[in-house]
Order: sequence, then C-alpha cells, then structure tokens
Amino acid sequence: MERQQEYVLRTVEERGVRLIRLWFTDVLGQLKSIAISPAELDAVFDEGLQFDGSSIDGFSRVQESDVLARPDPGSFELLPWARTDEPTALMFCDIENLDGSPFEGDPRQVLRRNLRKAQDKGYTFFTAPEVEFFYFADGDPSKEPQPLDRASYFDLTTLDVASDLRRRTLHMLEALGIPVEYSFHEDSPSQHEIDLQYSEALSMADNVMTLRLVVRKIALDAGVWATFMPKPLNGVQGSGMHTHLSLFRGEENVFYDPSEEDNLSAVARSFIAGLLVHAREMTAITNQLVNSYKRLNEGYEAPQYVSWARNNQSALVRVPVAKRGKAQSTRIEYRAIDSATNPYLAYSVLLAAGLKGIEEGYPLPTEAKGNLFEMTVAARAELGIRPLPDSLDRALEEMEGSELVRETLGEHIFEWFLRNRRSEWREYQRQVTPFELNRYLPIW
Amino acid sequence: MSDVQPFLVFPNPAPPELIQMLDLTGWAWRACGDDIAARRDEPDDGWGGAIVVADQNPEGAFAMCRALRKNDRPLEPLLLFVSGAQLTELDLRDDLYDDFCLWPFQPREFEARLKHAMWRSGRSARAEVIEHSGLVLNLETYQAAINNQPLDLTYMEYELLKFLASHPGKVFNRETLLSRVWGYDYFGGARTVDVHIRRLRAKLGEEHANLIQTVRSVGYSFGQSRWG
Repeated sequence: MERQQEYVLRTVEERGVRLIRLWFTDVLGQLKSIAISPAELDAVFDEGLQFDGSSIDGFSRVQESDVLARPDPGSFELLPWARTDEPTALMFCDIENLDGSPFEGDPRQVLRRNLRKAQDKGYTFFTAPEVEFFYFADGDPSKEPQPLDRASYFDLTTLDVASDLRRRTLHMLEALGIPVEYSFHEDSPSQHEIDLQYSEALSMADNVMTLRLVVRKIALDAGVWATFMPKPLNGVQGSGMHTHLSLFRGEENVFYDPSEEDNLSAVARSFIAGLLVHAREMTAITNQLVNSYKRLNEGYEAPQYVSWARNNQSALVRVPVAKRGKAQSTRIEYRAIDSATNPYLAYSVLLAAGLKGIEEGYPLPTEAKGNLFEMTVAARAELGIRPLPDSLDRALEEMEGSELVRETLGEHIFEWFLRNRRSEWREYQRQVTPFELNRYLPIW
Repeated sequence: MSDVQPFLVFPNPAPPELIQMLDLTGWAWRACGDDIAARRDEPDDGWGGAIVVADQNPEGAFAMCRALRKNDRPLEPLLLFVSGAQLTELDLRDDLYDDFCLWPFQPREFEARLKHAMWRSGRSARAEVIEHSGLVLNLETYQAAINNQPLDLTYMEYELLKFLASHPGKVFNRETLLSRVWGYDYFGGARTVDVHIRRLRAKLGEEHANLIQTVRSVGYSFGQSRWG
C-alpha cells in the first residue's frame, strides 16, 4: 500500500496534477465526487478525508453523521478529458467510520466484504457487463424523448453523430484502461451497447461507474443526452445490463469441467441454482426503479421468468455453450439486471446467491427449452417456473423477507433501501399517468 | 536488471521483509550464510555491494563484514542492519561498514540509504531508465512514456510494465507475474494478470500494444516479436 501511495504522490508531482477527484457511490448508485488539491493528498492518505455523510443518499444515520473517504491508490488514473493546463486525477474511495472500520452505508465496502467471503473459500469473482443506453436529443422530461435517428440533428446526419460519439467514447474508455467492445443496435432507435471485457468484480463495478460518467459526458459535450434509464421508450426494448459471471480458483475456471457432457461443472450448476432460488429476492437490487419493471414486463430480450437455458433469449440465466478447450471462457449470463442498477450492490447479491447455491448444494432445475413468453401459465407451473416480480412493490416485498439479501447488504443499507424505494413506489402510486388520462378522460 | 551485479545479503535465508523490499525496488540479490559461501557464490564481475543484518547473529554478521572488507577487492558499499540494543557494538567498528540502519527497518529510509551508499561508492546496481523501441520507463520518477508521450498508468500497470520491460524476450507465466509483481501477500487469482495486460495494451495504443506478446498457454513476454 505504501508504495502505491508513493507512486500516486510522485506521479501527481511529476505530471503537475492540479486537482484530485475522490469518487465514491451512494446507495442508489449515483457517483459522488470531492475534489482535493495535491497539497492535501499526503494527509488524506494518512488520515482519510472527513466529510458530513448526511447529505448523501443512504449515508445518513441517527448519531454520528461524519465519515471518512479513504482513497484507493490502486484505482489512481489521470482524467483523459482534463484540460492540459490543469491535469486532474481520480481515485475511487472506500468510506470508513471515524474509527477506521468500514462504513455500513458504503456500497463499495459491501462488495469488498462479499468478495472477501468468496476469497476465504478460494474464489475470485469475475464479471463482464453489456451496458445498454440511449442517446436522445435532450434530457428534458417534459417532452417525449427524441431518438437521434429521428431528430434532425444540426446539419450532421445522425450516423455521423453516432459514429463520432462512439469513437470518442471508445477512445476515452481505453485511455482510462477500460478495454471495450462497442456496438450499436439496429432494432431500437438510438440504442447503443458497450461490452466490457471481464475483470475482477470490484474493479468492474468501478469501471461501470466510470463508463456511465464517460458516456454522459461525451454526449453532453456533443449537445445530446445519454440515458441509462431502463425503459425510456414505449414499444421498443429497454436498456439491460446483462452480466456474464465466472468464478476462478487461481488460474482455474471452476465453472468448467471437461468430464461433464456440457463441460459445466457441479459448482457452476449449484451457482446457477443459487441465482434462481434467490432471483426474486434480489430483483429489487438488480432492478431498483419503478421504471425497471416496464422493461421486465415486456418481453424483447428481458426475462420475466425464473429459469435457465443454454440458448434461449427468454431465460433469466443463460449459459453460453462452453467449447471444449475454451475452458477459461466458461461463464453464465444473468439477464434481468438493468443499466440503472448500483453495480456494487448488484454484484454483491449475485455473488452471494451463487455462493449460497454452492454451499447448500442446490440442485439445478430442468433447462427451460421453449419460449417462456409463449407458454401457458399451466405449462410454466408444471415446470415449476415462477415469474420475476412484476413491479417494484412486489420486488421489495420479496426482498424484505430475504435473509440472504439482508446479510449480504448489511442491516444499514437493507433497511434504508427498503424505506427509500417504498417511498418512491408510494409517490408513483399517487400519480395520475398519461395512460389513465388517455384512456379514461374521453369516456368516463 | 538480471544482468546487474547482485547484492550479497547476510544471513541465509535472508529475512523475508528485506527480500520483498529488494524485489519490489528492483535490486538483485543473493543470500550467503558465511564468507565461504560469499566467495563461492560471487558473480564473475563481483558483488554489487553487501547488506548485512546483525540482528539475530551479531558475531556471524561482524565476521562476515570483516571477511568482505579484507577481500582482494574490499567490498563496498556495505550496509549494516543492527537492532537498537546493538548500537553500542558499532563502537570501534567504523571500518566494517559504510552506513548502518536500524532493524526493524523503515522501507523508505532503507531505500534512501541504499541509494545514497551506491551513489557515494560511484556505482549503480540498478537501471534507472529502461528503454525499448520508443518506450521509456524512468524508475526514479515512476513515469513511463512512449515516443515521448507520457503514459497515464495505474500503479499496478506501471509495475507490470516495468517488470516485463526489464526482462525483454523472457516468457513469464501468470503465477510468476503474480508473485513477482503483485507480491507475496496477494491472494487474488492469476486471471488478474490477464486483465492488467489488456488494460496496459489499451493504454499503449494500437501501434504499441504488441510490445507485450501473448505466448499461447504459457503467459506473456515483452518486446522481441517472433520476427526478431
């Protein structure tokens, strides 16, 4: 640790860094930033940076509201978009109580704690998300969102705008050491997708936070609006964040077993079973907005039923077929999670559910082969396939009864999250929506 | 770094915290338990210096210092570690060492004393700059540049690049890189190495990404493509 700090201090000096941004994440997954000057850095490494947490969502508590931000020198990066005359650096922070213990309200500490649990069993957890989002002409909520493809945009053709945004986003992410694959959807207007190459889950959660900022920032610079809202448009698919998961023991991918017919190990089977058993309880975390359930309710590539399959886009857990000799790439894909999730919390519950499956040796149910959307209720019931919660309200109900989610998130975040999300649901329930006006006002 | 003169380290086995420090800061070393071993294991172009820890075995340590100083080529610099209680034993032994340091040691103090002792004896057992096809690593300032353009690296990316670039052409497997670069107390998986290699390549840019070669089912090497 000491040498990492020295590296950071030396680089700050050599590169003439003028400002250091300390990043952390609130409970709902919004990025927060405190800027310090290089002169303060040494002391902040030693003592942490004290600030009042009561203004941060999910940080408030009854007694002491002050907390410490402790920068993680391993996450130090120079910001590629800083002005050349004002070099700026960033570091992600862990939040601590004043006595130095991990702060219960910090999502990054929650993920750290869960990764440590996995590590105690010898496992390293890797994730690779496919992040979807939309570009719109602006972010004005009083109007219908305008996809770029339909908006006549400056005097550039829409294709120019999109490819320019894509080039700049790619370049920026690579400069931040985040290797990506970028694609751009044909089926939904203005929808784009960035796939991140797998990384250990904590740095991946950091990367997801960075990615959201970079995408938004580059869009803003070009005068357009990027949104990770799960379902911004009626009638087209929403923005998911399908995430590929794998578990390693040293160099060995423990999901792979060549002696099994499908190369899928017993550990992988139990892990998937764990995800399925606890899927309903953790949906509030992977899909935390009222709007998230508009995506989960309407087919397309979003799952609605707790099921797994090898090649079935309607399943909740998909297992890409592992090729013999391609041991390292054996993985499973969780498809409910959306782009507005808090990645630290989402990866925590996914890992905990999978590990629970391994621990308890849960049996894997039969693979769902048919299209689940087209099956009758009775046919699904016969296969024991249950639906995912279809509203935030139901998801919160499921979560409230979950020992696993409570233990994974810790009491503080668990209680705060339920309170906060319930109040959002109640507010939503009180709203008269355009749907109701359109349908009822003319005839009732 | 492999072809510079190593330090002689006493005792053998050498204290692990000392080894880790030397490895991390890029000094080569060999442990010797007595003057016979010191003569037997001496490299052809001689020792780069000596680091003697007197903490556990002061008699053996001072005997080693005496033997090294009465060599055909009196060995310098010689850095001596003593515990606080042993400070009085330094009396009348000024000729046996160039500088001393308290044991247990402060890594930064030790590094600074070692560097200064090397400078005073007019030697350098450590490369301060590594250069390879447009890539320049300044080990003093932790800065890396490619074609004079500074590279913005994280600490681990820098350490990994430094390690690979100091052994051009050599192939390392993931476990080796993990233990040599991440250190002895790192428990993460070897996949971490792949992730960092990818990040490094992304930052080196398309044109220079192939400075780091993937050697199929073995690991990675730096520079020297198969064509030359």
